[in-house]
Amino acid sequence: MKRVFIANRGEIALRIVRACRSLRLECVVGASEPDLSGPAARAADRVVCIGPGPAAQSYLRDDVVVQAALGTGCDAIHPGYGFLAESPRLAERARSHGLVFVGPPTEVMALTGDKLAARAAAARAGLPVVPGGEVSAAEEAIALADRLGYPVLVKAAGGGGGRGIKLARGSAELRSLLGIASGEAEAAFGDARVYLERYIAAARHVEVQIAADEHGSVVHLGERDCSVQRRYQKVVEEAPAPGLARASRDALCEAAVTLARAIGYRNLATVEFVVDAEREEFFFLEVNCRIQVEHPVTEAVTGLDLVAMQLRIAGGEPLGFAQDDVAASGHAIECRLNAEDVTRGFMPSPGTLSLFAVPELPHLRVDTHCYAGAVVPPFYDSLLAKLIARADEREEAIHVLIGALEDLDIDGVETNRTVLLSVLGHPDFRAGRVTTDWLERAVA
Amino acid sequence: MGLSHDDVREILRIIDESDVAELRLQTDGFSLYVRRGDVAASAASQGRASAPQAPPAGAPSTEPPAATTSSGPPAAAPSSAPAAPPAPRDDGLVTIASPMLGTFYRAEAPGAKPLVELGSRVEPDTTVCIIEVMKMMNSVPAGVAGVVQEICVKNSELVEYKQPLFRVAPA
Repeated sequence: MKRVFIANRGEIALRIVRACRSLRLECVVGASEPDLSGPAARAADRVVCIGPGPAAQSYLRDDVVVQAALGTGCDAIHPGYGFLAESPRLAERARSHGLVFVGPPTEVMALTGDKLAARAAAARAGLPVVPGGEVSAAEEAIALADRLGYPVLVKAAGGGGGRGIKLARGSAELRSLLGIASGEAEAAFGDARVYLERYIAAARHVEVQIAADEHGSVVHLGERDCSVQRRYQKVVEEAPAPGLARASRDALCEAAVTLARAIGYRNLATVEFVVDAEREEFFFLEVNCRIQVEHPVTEAVTGLDLVAMQLRIAGGEPLGFAQDDVAASGHAIECRLNAEDVTRGFMPSPGTLSLFAVPELPHLRVDTHCYAGAVVPPFYDSLLAKLIARADEREEAIHVLIGALEDLDIDGVETNRTVLLSVLGHPDFRAGRVTTDWLERAVA
Repeated sequence: MGLSHDDVREILRIIDESDVAELRLQTDGFSLYVRRGDVAASAASQGRASAPQAPPAGAPSTEPPAATTSSGPPAAAPSSAPAAPPAPRDDGLVTIASPMLGTFYRAEAPGAKPLVELGSRVEPDTTVCIIEVMKMMNSVPAGVAGVVQEICVKNSELVEYKQPLFRVAPA
């Protein structure tokens, strides 16, 4: 592997450029027209314009991406997260043209992308799954929901990443939601199948980072707690999960490794679990076959470079370490600073950043593609920056983040800074007593 | 890859229902070229259509003949998304920019005559080049009437979205 095509934008494209640099790999960024002058494009060895701003005509075109990679002499494609990162079509197309796709085998991507198939695979591997199952007709759904007990979640089989989920509190609501959910699933994911899951109210979202090489080594790199969510989208993430009993943590990590082995996983993955906050009983949720937005918290406590690890594994290198060599120390927390208007239902707030300066503080890492004068285009997600603090103690990391957010100079777009500060200062969060429904109840 | 007669009919039906004017589908040992338009254009394209890249050695030689159709409405927009209307520059020349990233071809098939040369007279709907994206051949219309003054890209080079391809003196 000599030259990597980066099929993404924003902070993750820049992150991949840096990982390529550290491995002395050349990199080409495929950018949409409005992203041509962005930091990832400037930092790369070369940039090619893959299309206009709307993602459907640029970042979501697997044919254009592969053509661009081949045309620029790349021998690998890193898809980042979002866009085509979990597209078996891109992986297959790249591989059929002799390119390395930085990700798992195509058939494993297809399996993890089908949330019903992934549930079945997890159950076969002996992992507890949230009680539920596929439903097609309304009567069938209502019969299943009666057995599960309300509320229930209606999920799209082709969804994942918090998309395509609806909550039904009773049979009337379920009946009216089913058709909508199925129609939306068909429109959004090209797959009308939906399934029900029991809704676990007091639940924590805990996920395990997995790394697997091409030579049979599978290890976990510890867990992350991502319970601070709004509408199933993560806002604050941390490692390790605060207050999780050692036995629960070990069981989760072991389950994740078991599943990764069972499905023949290669490269980096995240196995997500929902954990009953009281009983610490856990259930499998889904597998994400890509680098996660929140990977820096794992990097911060383990000292590992996960993106470089992805590239090395894709290039055929062995992991070079065993499970016992993985040591986590300290505590890391990440806040996602988004361009959104919290007073108007968290609507995305594109615009020009007339001011953007993040303070440089000890123990603070900032992953961002933003700068003063940068345009936040309306076509993409609203992530502006990830602020990551690592300290010996959780409380210390919280203080670093509060200081960073308070000193952040930003103007031109609305942001969720006040929400992040409210989370970090809240007694529930400070006590590590946060469940996935907490943020919308307590803060936003 | 084998396509039955019914498959080809189905493809033609889909094209008839869309606003696609031209389609070139090429896989190992198989190529299909469909172009909608008047009979003369069809006949002309039929001659070119059977000369795609040579199939790889060992590939089946049962290449189906290229299909053409003259049914349906007259050719409207070509399959390629037209680029923004070309804008005159200071020197009065109009740039034809690439509507997509892909491989630039001056002719419809290897060895064929280039679609336009320096000095060629073009009309807005004249196909000036082909941009290939993963074996899909997209024809690029001039979008302007005039005379080709400059050809900015070499044959079979990668072109980016909006990269200048030709400069035309409008007339």
